[in-house]
Amino acid sequence: MRVTLRLFASLRTGRFDEAEFELPPAATVGAALDAAGVPRSEAAIIFVNGRHADFDAHLAEGDALGVFPSIGGG
Amino acid sequence: MALTDFLAAAAEEGLLPFGAELEAARRFSLDAHEVEGAALGAGLLPERYARNSGSIGLAGQLALHESRVAVIGCGGLGGFILEGLGRLGVGNIVAVDPDRFEASNLNRQLLATVENLGEPKAEAAVRRLRAVNPAVRCRGLVERLDASNADRLLAGCQAAADALDSIADRLTLAAAASRLGVALVHGAAAGRYGQAATQLPGEDGVARIYAGAEAKRGIEVELGTLVFAPAVVAGLQVAELCHLLLGEEPGLRGRMIALDLGLIETSVFKLH
Repeated sequence: MRVTLRLFASLRTGRFDEAEFELPPAATVGAALDAAGVPRSEAAIIFVNGRHADFDAHLAEGDALGVFPSIGGG
Repeated sequence: MALTDFLAAAAEEGLLPFGAELEAARRFSLDAHEVEGAALGAGLLPERYARNSGSIGLAGQLALHESRVAVIGCGGLGGFILEGLGRLGVGNIVAVDPDRFEASNLNRQLLATVENLGEPKAEAAVRRLRAVNPAVRCRGLVERLDASNADRLLAGCQAAADALDSIADRLTLAAAASRLGVALVHGAAAGRYGQAATQLPGEDGVARIYAGAEAKRGIEVELGTLVFAPAVVAGLQVAELCHLLLGEEPGLRGRMIALDLGLIETSVFKLH
């Protein structure tokens, strides 16, 4: 199945803004990040199709995955 | 002459001139907050709010006057938030920050000046609000919010602003606000990036935002923070606080807006 991965903020640096990945059916968010070379330690906030999710969430064909780094400054 | 008669006689087309407020305070031995409450209660709008009235109205201005908001953190976000709440006319503000100004704050923190380096941020907040709007009762507390004092710091507040700079402290505040029935408007900034979200009592939006964060701090450690990021995020937070205090549905309830001020891009996501 194909999913779209969109990186935000500093996660784009040296990587990409948005890319499509071919993954086994029902692959998890964590597996998608592994395939994309995005360390889980840097993926602080995850959204699937615009809704909050975590590493264990299963993806489906055509899902759009968005990932943010942790922003904590004030 | 009674106070309300004096105010009514001094008003011009429903607006109470600033000079008349000062004279009322002197003549009736009241502070500016009390005079403003009497004026709004009598249907008179203090002149300083003339440009609020088309969007907020007299009833809304009175609601803001009677509100209490805690601003937790008086740094980059907090400085702009306090400025906005004061100019809106939020009547009671609690400004909380344990730190003092350092030179490295000058690039982005509205309350930091070369003249007040070394001064507690919460005390600078009180002085600034007195200068911007003397009708605001602002308490400055030089304290770090933690699980043991959160109840006291948030007591009586309808809403609070998360303007902290540590993820652990943000989670402490979010849990306390949710439990105490205080609406929380979260904001964070780093580099050219920012985010904001609104969490109503009983909700756990901020905990969801940081559920995947392994470290106590985020990308601001490497990127620092440019002044426009906290300025824009704080503007969103003030807007949400205003909506909450006026009893309107906050647009960011259960949602997070992410800002990329390098690309000038915004994205909104559902937290629940």
